[in-house]
Amino acid sequence: MSNELLFDLKNIEKRFVRGRESISIFDGLNITIKKGTFVSIMGPSGSGKTTLLNMLGGVDRPTSGEILFEGQAIQNLGEGELAKWRARHVGFIFQFYNLMPMLNAEKNVELPLLLKNLSKAQRNKSVETALKLVGLSDRARHLPKELSGGQQQRVAIARAIVSDPDLLLCDEPTGDLDRTTATEILETLQLLNKEFGKTIVMVTHDPVAASFANVSLHLDKGQFIEQQSSEAVA
Amino acid sequence: MGSLFAQISAVVKMNLLSLPKRVGSSLTTLLAVAIVVTVLLAFMAMGQGFQKTMAGSGSEDVAIMLRGGSAAELNSGLGGDVYTNVSSSPGIAKDENGPIISGELYVVVDGVKKSSQTEANLPLRGIGPAGFSLRKNISLIDGRMFEEGKTEIIVGTSILSQFSGFELGSKMKFGATEWTVVGVFDAGGSVFGSELLTDVRTLQAQFNRGNSYQSIRVRLDGPEAIQKIRDFIESDPRLNLDVMTEQAYYSDQSRDMGRLVYMGWGLAIFMALGALAGALNTMYTSVEAKAVEIATLRAIGFKGISAFFGTLVESLVLAIIGGVLGTLIAFLLFDGISTSTMGGSFTQVVFDFNVSADAFKSGIILAVIIGLVGGFFPAWRASRMPLLKAFSS
Ligand SMILES: Nc1ncnc2c1ncn2[C@@H]1O[C@H](COP(=O)(O)OP(=O)(O)OP(=O)(O)O)[C@@H](O)[C@H]1O
Ligand SMILES: [Mg+2]
Repeated sequence: MSNELLFDLKNIEKRFVRGRESISIFDGLNITIKKGTFVSIMGPSGSGKTTLLNMLGGVDRPTSGEILFEGQAIQNLGEGELAKWRARHVGFIFQFYNLMPMLNAEKNVELPLLLKNLSKAQRNKSVETALKLVGLSDRARHLPKELSGGQQQRVAIARAIVSDPDLLLCDEPTGDLDRTTATEILETLQLLNKEFGKTIVMVTHDPVAASFANVSLHLDKGQFIEQQSSEAVA
Repeated sequence: MGSLFAQISAVVKMNLLSLPKRVGSSLTTLLAVAIVVTVLLAFMAMGQGFQKTMAGSGSEDVAIMLRGGSAAELNSGLGGDVYTNVSSSPGIAKDENGPIISGELYVVVDGVKKSSQTEANLPLRGIGPAGFSLRKNISLIDGRMFEEGKTEIIVGTSILSQFSGFELGSKMKFGATEWTVVGVFDAGGSVFGSELLTDVRTLQAQFNRGNSYQSIRVRLDGPEAIQKIRDFIESDPRLNLDVMTEQAYYSDQSRDMGRLVYMGWGLAIFMALGALAGALNTMYTSVEAKAVEIATLRAIGFKGISAFFGTLVESLVLAIIGGVLGTLIAFLLFDGISTSTMGGSFTQVVFDFNVSADAFKSGIILAVIIGLVGGFFPAWRASRMPLLKAFSS
């Protein structure tokens, strides 16, 4: 962990308008995330965990307020710019893995690399490295449906890290897995945080999963209550 | 830019790989396009086959003369004196026997179609001594020529293949007389192959036509010849004749078939709208089924345009496979099959369906249009897929 800020969210307001109804999810949220932290976010269903993750990942925008990433405001970037920003900085890990069912493991992992101007050889090398890191080198040619849930999530992690982003965003990455498998996944995330310095923000309902993080936050009624570390949050 | 191409081709590949997942609706679309194309090609093959037969029938250097105002031979009638008078016109080529001219007359006789065992009208045509050689691409392939004054006929190969009872040596009764088939001729797929030929004088005698004719054919002696003949007719008040090249005459006769081809297009386009609706539905379903995948790719950083092209190509591939299938079906079912239909003179013209390269092209173009339009709107939706779909489980 360093003292440099990766994220600085200022006065975030988020409202969803559906028809004439307007639901306010955040109303003046302030939070910072330091580089190299493993943050877990817990909170009741509907409290806005996924919404926050989406805004951090640049797939959703705040209604007002500022999201500074390494000092740069990202909330007003255009679609194309934002897509480029995501490709460069963010790896997503989903509860249901979101693998492409018709592609085998290595083709799935290769996808983010197609956004970069790399040779086939360079891509293969990165894919191999990523799959090795998650311990799935021997399953490179398997289709998702031929893999267990835990293995699929490993492929998804390999896909998230293959282009070496600074940030991993995980929405209930172990929500669909049994305890043993979940632990393996969490240990992998921990490794990525400790050994490779990835900043990780993970939403979870599971207190055991949360304990793998070095900062645990609790979200309720649009505000954070810090539970363990005080280092990462201002 | 290299990256954009890589994105698009990756998504295209993914979409094509996912096609077998929705076998049902994909196959339905594919077959719908195939049927549309088959129908279109059937009409085109028919029209083009007929036109080819008609066009193949006429020579540029043979003129046909009919009574003034009678558009077709059937309505025409000429006295023997007309024949005599016009034979001295300039513009008519000559050989050692004098002007190359054939006074002709035909009567309608019955024949039994092999395919349906029903009776249909056939022309029994009497021709003058020069009549046979005046016809393009015609040759005797079996037996011998009929003799003047005898009730002998020669039959075209098209008749032989479509009608029963005309084999070499057969005898049959037309009018009050028995006739014998003494020869078989091939007319290179032209309309002449659909006729029975005999000596014109014999025909006049057997059917009580005195010395009248319906048409006169002459060989022209040059490009100006037809005008010379017209001038000659103009200058002789006893002559009231329309003169045209044989080619002009037959292409005129085939104009109705051209209309049939247009009708075929109309029907095909109408059906194409149905296939289009099917394609749209299939592709919208496909986009819906892939919503999470598309959104996930977008979240990773793929551009919307890759989803657009992925969907469009998927639709195009379905439609083109359908189109190719349709042309194959049309080719297998229709190409080269012979059929006969009413020609311009209420007798049967035997012609071959002709599935041409041109027809193939039209079929594929129609399929591509269905694929493009049927894919465009779903592709647009795919490219606008909200990213949040990836995150809402
Ligand atoms: N696209 C949207 N349109 C309208 N309302 C939305 C949208 N996305 C989320 N919401 C609403 O915002 C609120 C917060 O949703 P969010 O998904 O962030 O909750 P969450 O904390 O992730 O819940 P869970 O633990 O169930 O995943 C919910 O009330 C939800 O209905
Ligand atoms: Mg959620």
